[in-house]
Amino acid sequence: MGLLSDPNRRRALISLLTRLNAPICVVCYMAGVAWFMGLAFEPFTLRTYMSENAMGSTMVEERFPAGERALATGREFAAHKKKAGGMPVDWLVKTMQSHGLEVFTQRFSRTLPFPDENKERYMVKGTNVYGILRAPRASRTEALVLSAPCTPGDNNNQAVGLLLGLAQYFRSQVFWAKDIIFLVNEHDLIGMQAWLEGYHHTNTTGMDWSPLQGRGGSIQAALSLELSSDVITSLDLVLEGLNGQLPNLDLVNLFYAFCQKIGVLCTTQGKLQRNDWDSVSGYSHAVQTMMLMVMKQASGRSWGDHGLFLRYHIEAATIKGINSFRQYKTDITTIGRLMEGMYRKLNNLLERLHQSYFFYLMPSLSHFVSIGYYMPAFGLLAVILLLRALDLWVQLTAPPPRTEDGVVDPEQMSSPGVLSVLTPLVISHLTGVALYTLPIRFQEMAVEHFPVSETEAVVLTAIAVYTAGLALPHNTNRLLSGGGTEQGWKVLKLVAVLYLAVLLGCTALINFSLGFILAITLVPVAAFVTPHVPKFLSAFVMIVLSPACTLLFSVFFFQELQEMPISFLDGWMLYLSVISQGILDHCLYGSLVYPLIALLVYPCWLIFWNILFWK
Amino acid sequence: MKILTLFSLFATYSSGNSINIEENVGQFFSSGHTNNWAVLVCTSRFWFNYRHVANTLSVYRSVKRLGIPDSHIVLMLADDMACNHRNPKPATVFSHKNMELNVYGDDVEVDYRGYEVTVENFLRVLTGRLPPSTPRSKRLLSDDRSNILIYLTGHGGNGFLKFQDSEEISNVELADAFEQMWQKRRYNELLFIIDTCQGASMYERFYSPNLMALASSQVGEDSLSHQPDLAIGVHLMDRYTFYLLEFLEDIHPASKSNMNDLFKVCPKSQCVSTPGHRTDLFLRDPGSVLITDFFGSVRKIEITMETINLTDPIQQVELSPVNEELQIEKYSYADQLPVSEIIHQRVHTFVLNLDTEQKVIGNIQQQMSLCRFHVEPTFTNEHLFLLIPPFERVLGIQNTPSVLGCIPL
Repeated sequence: MGLLSDPNRRRALISLLTRLNAPICVVCYMAGVAWFMGLAFEPFTLRTYMSENAMGSTMVEERFPAGERALATGREFAAHKKKAGGMPVDWLVKTMQSHGLEVFTQRFSRTLPFPDENKERYMVKGTNVYGILRAPRASRTEALVLSAPCTPGDNNNQAVGLLLGLAQYFRSQVFWAKDIIFLVNEHDLIGMQAWLEGYHHTNTTGMDWSPLQGRGGSIQAALSLELSSDVITSLDLVLEGLNGQLPNLDLVNLFYAFCQKIGVLCTTQGKLQRNDWDSVSGYSHAVQTMMLMVMKQASGRSWGDHGLFLRYHIEAATIKGINSFRQYKTDITTIGRLMEGMYRKLNNLLERLHQSYFFYLMPSLSHFVSIGYYMPAFGLLAVILLLRALDLWVQLTAPPPRTEDGVVDPEQMSSPGVLSVLTPLVISHLTGVALYTLPIRFQEMAVEHFPVSETEAVVLTAIAVYTAGLALPHNTNRLLSGGGTEQGWKVLKLVAVLYLAVLLGCTALINFSLGFILAITLVPVAAFVTPHVPKFLSAFVMIVLSPACTLLFSVFFFQELQEMPISFLDGWMLYLSVISQGILDHCLYGSLVYPLIALLVYPCWLIFWNILFWK
Repeated sequence: MKILTLFSLFATYSSGNSINIEENVGQFFSSGHTNNWAVLVCTSRFWFNYRHVANTLSVYRSVKRLGIPDSHIVLMLADDMACNHRNPKPATVFSHKNMELNVYGDDVEVDYRGYEVTVENFLRVLTGRLPPSTPRSKRLLSDDRSNILIYLTGHGGNGFLKFQDSEEISNVELADAFEQMWQKRRYNELLFIIDTCQGASMYERFYSPNLMALASSQVGEDSLSHQPDLAIGVHLMDRYTFYLLEFLEDIHPASKSNMNDLFKVCPKSQCVSTPGHRTDLFLRDPGSVLITDFFGSVRKIEITMETINLTDPIQQVELSPVNEELQIEKYSYADQLPVSEIIHQRVHTFVLNLDTEQKVIGNIQQQMSLCRFHVEPTFTNEHLFLLIPPFERVLGIQNTPSVLGCIPL
């Protein structure tokens, strides 16, 4: 007979499962964490390689000559920017036209739901300027984008200067098979969002923009340039986009190949690659780089202007020039040559980049871990939840113990009412909805009553709703008719564990880092909480492992990883601003982290909190 | 019996007499071909396969320079590199870096272009099974006296060649196509050159006679590309064809280089892969085969002051309608001799008409036309080899006792 249909064997298997459940869970958890840490170990990673045949091994001799002129243009741009107090639209239009591009502008405006304290803006009005270099002989079906942001102050002037210099140089070549769009966007991500929405005729975030007069066909790839100094020591590649989406690995391979060819120092996450992978410090360096990427990806923010392109299936990355205290400096002509080389390679593309991986982690710029290698780490954590669910199922379907006189205890036999299980679910989710909607909606009322600014009002309302939810179990139990039964909490926990498993699974598929971080903190909670564990200790542990505290610890951890540790007070202020940024990201660009946490993860955690205080 | 001895006496006498003319005649027919064709195919598209188009165009250029006219060349290019949007030098295809040699020129005639280069079209060109509407420039109008050069390049593997990223031709298909060509008498001799990865696998399955094959690499080896051009940004040529082109640039229509020199082109030190060749199906010794037999179209003309006796023109037997209706001949396949017999027989140029006991030699033209006549093997001689042309029924001379033979040496 089969393993599961033979009653004897099945009973043996089930007894094994129930006996060894806790130890297996612990082992799986350790194994999952160990697997994840092992991902950064160099022998377990693969070297990056170019997968796309069209961007093959041959390279062109780059001949971009006009670095100095680009710097001069950048200085002119800075002067006009200062004079105009924002984007010097007329000067940009005139310059681009003199280079022979087809120039168009786009106006946009947006009122943020509450003021953004980091960037000090509330009612945003701006203009994007873009010039299209038409391919000399090709039909206008495909395009590439090169963008540089127009930021206030002294930043990114050289980027715009280089952009204009490249535009002039590219215009004199005949081998372009795709249109190249040179975009200067104002108010970084907001302007980029307006431009992309206008280009693709979508309107997902409720922004107000004027339609685009000129278009270039479907965009195959995009690069965003951030350069704030005349010379640089290294180039940093920023990959993480909105909702943790990453560009195709071939774009990274392309960048790395050109860095090696031209001889520029290239980094990812701002960390230089090390060769001593077998030493402890080398390994920890790789782990730090990978953890930085995981943190950035989990936040769901777009860490460069390129992040918004990824949603439209356009492979994009941001290249940042970094000027640190190194001796060997690279001048702007070399950067121009690197960009020229990359664009010539992208010019050879026949179809969108699709040959290489879309899901990967990078412990360094030349090594990567693909989804097939990192998913088992999450799988091991998810197995814990399934084992727990099986255990509960077995307990629920086991025949009740008979009392001495053979009469079965009626109270234990009664199956829990649907209401007793449904009520905590509904109330938890309602709290989640409250956490999602109340902060923004009631900010005016909060400002009236308390001496805080709007941003602080929003954040503090969120924290208040979150904390109020902790008082729920007592209220829920009052609503229940009578007390909960032993069966009741088991059914509720079974439902909650499966719910968490599905939720974390789906999250990990889309944004592995977010799913994994949530799994690390929530799976122990889900596995071990019962009404019978010591209340105060477990309450404390649960709060420490709740999403809000995870976020707090992540903020401090992130600062540590970037080698800029901060004090507790500063960390707390940073934490508040992170929450406000998360809410803003959701309202402005459609980031899904805030709704996920508020509407799904937090209610799930509340259900476990309910179980803990089950009476 | 008496006739036999008489005729053998005659043979020896006349052979001794006009040995000079016979030698000349013999030399003229040493290769046995009268016209040359070339089928040059590039099977890959996309900009990064620039080198395959450059390969094919450089062979085209050599072949044209050595005398084969465009009407006798079927050029198939799967993609247009010269006018590709990514070409920094439009309307050119270079084979040497620093733009030394433009193989595109201004008189290229491409017969099959772009998506027309498919396995089906290629096989139809070879076998001649084209729809009646196909123009002449797209047909391979070869006959049994044609030497054909077939050059293939692209991406290949063990036993196949990839056409256009969507289909493949296998070595078995190719061998069968050549057999069809042999049976339809579409070639006299055929030289097959292939420059792809694992190219030797493509000629492994040949089984028709008179085929010689060269490949740029053995099974399990990759054919490598030669040099990238830093301005254009692609590899310009494959190594084997690069050195082949260099070799061919030294050949002129009167050169006497033979196939053994061609086999030496691109040794392993230059090519990295090991070029291979196959000559076991070929009748003649490769050392006696001139390069220009395949790559050029050389007409030999010899002026002689001697008079040569011509025979009476052959009386054409008219088809008389029997019972007021035309007798429709039943078509049947020509008799075939087994390959081994064909390969191992030694032959003389010997023409004899038993009826008239005359000897007919020396008239080149007539000999050529005689070659087309039916040969009924009423008389077998180990020295006579009987070749059956497709024109046997035209003249209705099936049942004559005369024996005519024309034998290529």
